[in-house]
Amino acid sequence: MTRLPEGGLLIDRSAPVSFTFDGKTYQGLMGDTLASALFANGVKLVNRSYKYHRPRGVVTSGPEEPNALVNLGTGDRHEPNIRMTQIELFDGLTAQSQNRYPSLAFDVGVLNAAASKLYPAGFYYKTFIHPRHAWKYVFEPVIRRIAGLGRAPTEADPDTYEHFYAFCDVLVAGGGAAGLLAARRAGEAGEKVMLVEQTERLGGRLLVDDDAEIEGKSAREWVAEQVAALEAMENVTIRLRTCVSAAYDHGYTMLYERRADHAQNPDGPRHRLWRVRTKRIIGATGMIERPIPFYGNDVPGVMLASAVRDYVKLWGVSPGKRTVIYTTNDDGYRTAITLYEAGKTVAAILDSRADPAGLLVERAREAGIRIMPSTGIGKVEGGKGGVLAIKPVPLDKGDVAPLGQSIVCDCVAMAGGWSPVVHLYSHSGGKVRWDADRAMYVPDTDNPPRDGQGEAFVEMVGGASGALTMDAVLEGLPVTVASEQPAMPVWSTPSEGKVAMGGKHFLDYQNDVTVADIRLAAREGFESVEHAKRYTTLGMATDQGKLSNINGHAILADALGKAMPEVGTTTFRPPYTPISMGVIAGQERGSLFKPVRHTAMHDWHTGQGAEFEPVGDWYRPYRYQQGGEGRNASITREIKRVRDSVGLLDASTLGKIIVRGPDAGKFLDLMYTNMMSTLKPGKCRYGLMLNDNGFLMDDGVVARLDDATFLCHTTSGGADRVHAWMEEWLQTEWFDIKVFTANITEQYTQIAVAGPNARKLLEKLDGDIDLSADALPFMGFAEGTLAGCPVRVFRISFSGELSFEVATPTSYGLSFWETLMRIGEDLDVGPYGTEALHVLRAEKGFIVVGDETDGTVTPHDVGMSWAVSKKKEDFIGKRAMQRADLTREGRKQLVGLLTEDPKLVLPDGAHALSADGKRTIGHVTSTYMSPTLGRSIAMALIEGGASKMGQTMTIGIDRKTNAKAVVSSPVFYDKEGARQNV
Amino acid sequence: MSDLTLARPGLDVVAPANLGAIIETMPLRGMVSLRGDLTDAGFAAALDAATGCSVPDTRRTSENGDTRVLWMSPDELMIFCAYDKTNDVVAAFMEKAGDAHVLAVNASDARAVFLVSGEKADCVLAKGAPVDIAAMEVGEVRRTRIATVAVGLAKTADDAYEVFCFRSYGAYMWNWLTVAAGVESLLDL
Amino acid sequence: MLLITCPSCGVEAEETEFAPGGEAHIVRADVASSDDDFSTYLFDRKNPRGVHFERWRHAFGCGKWFHMARHTHTLEIFGTYGARETAPPQDILDRIVERTEA
Repeated sequence: MTRLPEGGLLIDRSAPVSFTFDGKTYQGLMGDTLASALFANGVKLVNRSYKYHRPRGVVTSGPEEPNALVNLGTGDRHEPNIRMTQIELFDGLTAQSQNRYPSLAFDVGVLNAAASKLYPAGFYYKTFIHPRHAWKYVFEPVIRRIAGLGRAPTEADPDTYEHFYAFCDVLVAGGGAAGLLAARRAGEAGEKVMLVEQTERLGGRLLVDDDAEIEGKSAREWVAEQVAALEAMENVTIRLRTCVSAAYDHGYTMLYERRADHAQNPDGPRHRLWRVRTKRIIGATGMIERPIPFYGNDVPGVMLASAVRDYVKLWGVSPGKRTVIYTTNDDGYRTAITLYEAGKTVAAILDSRADPAGLLVERAREAGIRIMPSTGIGKVEGGKGGVLAIKPVPLDKGDVAPLGQSIVCDCVAMAGGWSPVVHLYSHSGGKVRWDADRAMYVPDTDNPPRDGQGEAFVEMVGGASGALTMDAVLEGLPVTVASEQPAMPVWSTPSEGKVAMGGKHFLDYQNDVTVADIRLAAREGFESVEHAKRYTTLGMATDQGKLSNINGHAILADALGKAMPEVGTTTFRPPYTPISMGVIAGQERGSLFKPVRHTAMHDWHTGQGAEFEPVGDWYRPYRYQQGGEGRNASITREIKRVRDSVGLLDASTLGKIIVRGPDAGKFLDLMYTNMMSTLKPGKCRYGLMLNDNGFLMDDGVVARLDDATFLCHTTSGGADRVHAWMEEWLQTEWFDIKVFTANITEQYTQIAVAGPNARKLLEKLDGDIDLSADALPFMGFAEGTLAGCPVRVFRISFSGELSFEVATPTSYGLSFWETLMRIGEDLDVGPYGTEALHVLRAEKGFIVVGDETDGTVTPHDVGMSWAVSKKKEDFIGKRAMQRADLTREGRKQLVGLLTEDPKLVLPDGAHALSADGKRTIGHVTSTYMSPTLGRSIAMALIEGGASKMGQTMTIGIDRKTNAKAVVSSPVFYDKEGARQNV
Repeated sequence: MSDLTLARPGLDVVAPANLGAIIETMPLRGMVSLRGDLTDAGFAAALDAATGCSVPDTRRTSENGDTRVLWMSPDELMIFCAYDKTNDVVAAFMEKAGDAHVLAVNASDARAVFLVSGEKADCVLAKGAPVDIAAMEVGEVRRTRIATVAVGLAKTADDAYEVFCFRSYGAYMWNWLTVAAGVESLLDL
Repeated sequence: MLLITCPSCGVEAEETEFAPGGEAHIVRADVASSDDDFSTYLFDRKNPRGVHFERWRHAFGCGKWFHMARHTHTLEIFGTYGARETAPPQDILDRIVERTEA
């Protein structure tokens, strides 16, 4: 155990917690992260790297962690790629290292590392090009097993997730010093404030770097005072464990709340996705310390200097007993002082600067710590067991320099300077600017993200704006803090051989990108920073440039002989840190994944063995299964019932739109190809609707209820579209036309009663409607009462049989349907589904918009010129139908196809071939086995089809088989329409 | 046919236990879709004759006893009244409107209405509607969406909202609301 | 995601409540128009990197169509106005000049 005897702000020494890592059980403390608890247990090796399978340890203490990704949880709660540094320990936690086989200590993938000279940047692009097919069957499966991060879960996630919409004036991202101050100021100004912090604690670096005195108080006192003040404000909401993942246009932000990750069995949703619309964002996201590239900088035990002191002060653990600090600035000395005060040895401080001075430096000197100016780490010695020693190298003797005497140590703390976390600024279009003095990209306040009014809406404050010391972070407050001397950044440390020849100097731990890779990319011509990024994968994936970018870009600039601003920087993409798949779905999964629409008889259908098919959002019975019968048996039975006696179809899904006004007739004359204004009240007319391109978009029966009122039926699922289409013309083009519309689709249950016994069935009901052919002829309708239900009965037919469509208010629907079923028992009444309906209509040659049409088909193409008025001056689509392409010879036309083999049902969409077999000249649009005709039938759109009647066509079945079919009229049954007109 | 039963829209079931808000399917309610020139005095007179209600302000409600009128769009209102009085309301409106260009249609069966109430009712809705629920005022009507379903929200009391959507979405909406009302996750807005 | 104010119901709502309807102020070529004019009406659309006048509908709200002046690159919205306007109102044009020349 390396737990320190005292200290550790976050841990509760009286609350031990048991957890398992790679099958071994350990003890930690409540308040630990998985990372700190493993340090406390002396575990340094936590992962294997992505590409080279190098042994890796924890580098950071927060969400920027590149190495310590684990598979968290087991079974259905298994989740890959979780950062140990963010996992709050709980009793029973189980984690497994990833990216290793069979174990962390012995990983066969390490052979990659031995062969690493064979794996330069762009290796995969260069190597696995030929032969082409080998990629899919050989290369990819093998590479996938060795590479890749973590293991995808295989079981359904038992946890729940949710979304939440929130609105505020100011969203403060980050609960450190700058965030607390900004939130307090906004809160005191009366603004509605949300303060979010990605960790479970407020105070940020002030909790660790507590050497500042603020407003006359100690840092911790000051933090406590701010938190108390904010908690007391009604207009301020604080959310911990919540990260501003993304800032989008017009103040739309996404927050990722890890609500219950720190509990074994979450009570309620595990994660919550906040969708916050804010007027302003204050980015108090702080800074991330930079690693320093040097030979062996990825050996377990090499860490960020700030993380080392975080572990000491927050969790009471020291990652090392004997630490070497490699710094480019005064801040690194804080780690030395912290370790010294914790009773740990600091073997040496290597400082890039020739003459380190200042208060922090003096304190380290007073502690007797050896300071080596103008010196870096030339090499780290060690391996999977961790750091054993380092060898110093002079920084002022060129790129290749002799290494000094080994300094024994088990931990290396890198203080490479600090980079502002500018991601939120960048997400929504803000630019960043290179600040050469401070060696960092800072938000370019001349080019901020702008909202819908063109005003800047993201402001970065504190460290995120480039403030390096606490007095700058809390500008305007009295702050006493040690002044710091300028830093001297090191982008790559010399070693005993040329960088590319010597060991690896890692830039991006997560993607295994080295200094040599960037130099190679530059030599190969990937000069743009965006190209170099993609070629080498620098800063990609979850790193999003957090640790790697600045060093990488500096190397690229050096390799190209350019200044940093000339090379530029890449754009940061959301999310800032990965978010779970579950939270993206929220609660809309399983039965809530997609809305479904049910008719009044839905449960009845279900009870009768209905197999449903989706039509838009509607669920319609496709067929009703009886006993164990197969699909075809059900469909045949349902069709025969309609042809022989009477069947019921739930047609409620048909759209119903009321069009009313003095100009209703005039309006419908424009909307439909037919003349609707001449329709008499009490009568129905079938109508076609075109779009402005002259192509069919919907069809349906229009009934004139009275002089001023029409009821327009649309296709199932077409109601919303057609209603919106009508409104579009009324609102945006013809606002002089006096018409109002109302979509009353759902007001009525509509039931098609079809078959030779349809009238007989309806006449058995009590009612006041004369259903005789004389009183209610084909294409007429009547209103009244049947079986106690208010009804409107339409004499319309989509089956070719005697047919009544009965509409009754939806609340009566089920009752009416059940009455029909009961009373029609002696007539063998039964329901039929959509497939039977489709066969019935195909036998009659009736088109279905969406089957026979595909958005390029005119009424003339489908043989419905009769429905296109020649008298009307204008209607939508009229002008378009005069365009050359729509009038040319040889357009596809609707025909019937009768296969030579009557048992052969052509595949839907099968292609008709030209005489020479070389060209497709059309396709099958509907194809069925017709029980009525005892043979297969099909409809097809064929070039010049109308002139090919009686000819035999070749239809492609599959790659090898063709079939012969004779072109016929698409009306296969009852061509005179005698059956429906009785 | 004396055994005629009218089916309620939505799911006619009892809400699961352990909800943090009360979710109820409302009984059948009379609804009239009205369209016309809302600024016209004749329109207001016809509305008054049919309901005793005034024309509501933009996105507001007017009421008279159990009858309420909701503003739906610049030329559209919705009357909520007793189910069995709906046709009378339509007839009264049309008679008074005379030759005016208006549309009044009985739409009582076309929608499902849910009442979401309780201290955390706003929180339930905030999970799916992209609306600042907390800023809504009593009497306010807001048409928006929950998940991907078009809904109308009417705030009827400090802690009560009516949610109405097309009837066919009723079962989905009921399920959505009862999941969102899970007691463990409700926040203070 | 855009934040849009519907001029019909006055609601300020997020983009998901709205449906875009393409370029605004296109005059419908009538039934007697030439092939060229009709083709222009059907197919020719502006695609500027800059200010764009466009049609939107408050699809999940009041259902009304309206017009909007929006910058396609900065996404700045200069204003919304009624569907019956055949040209952008002067105050929006003034704002565009003021904002884009700034």
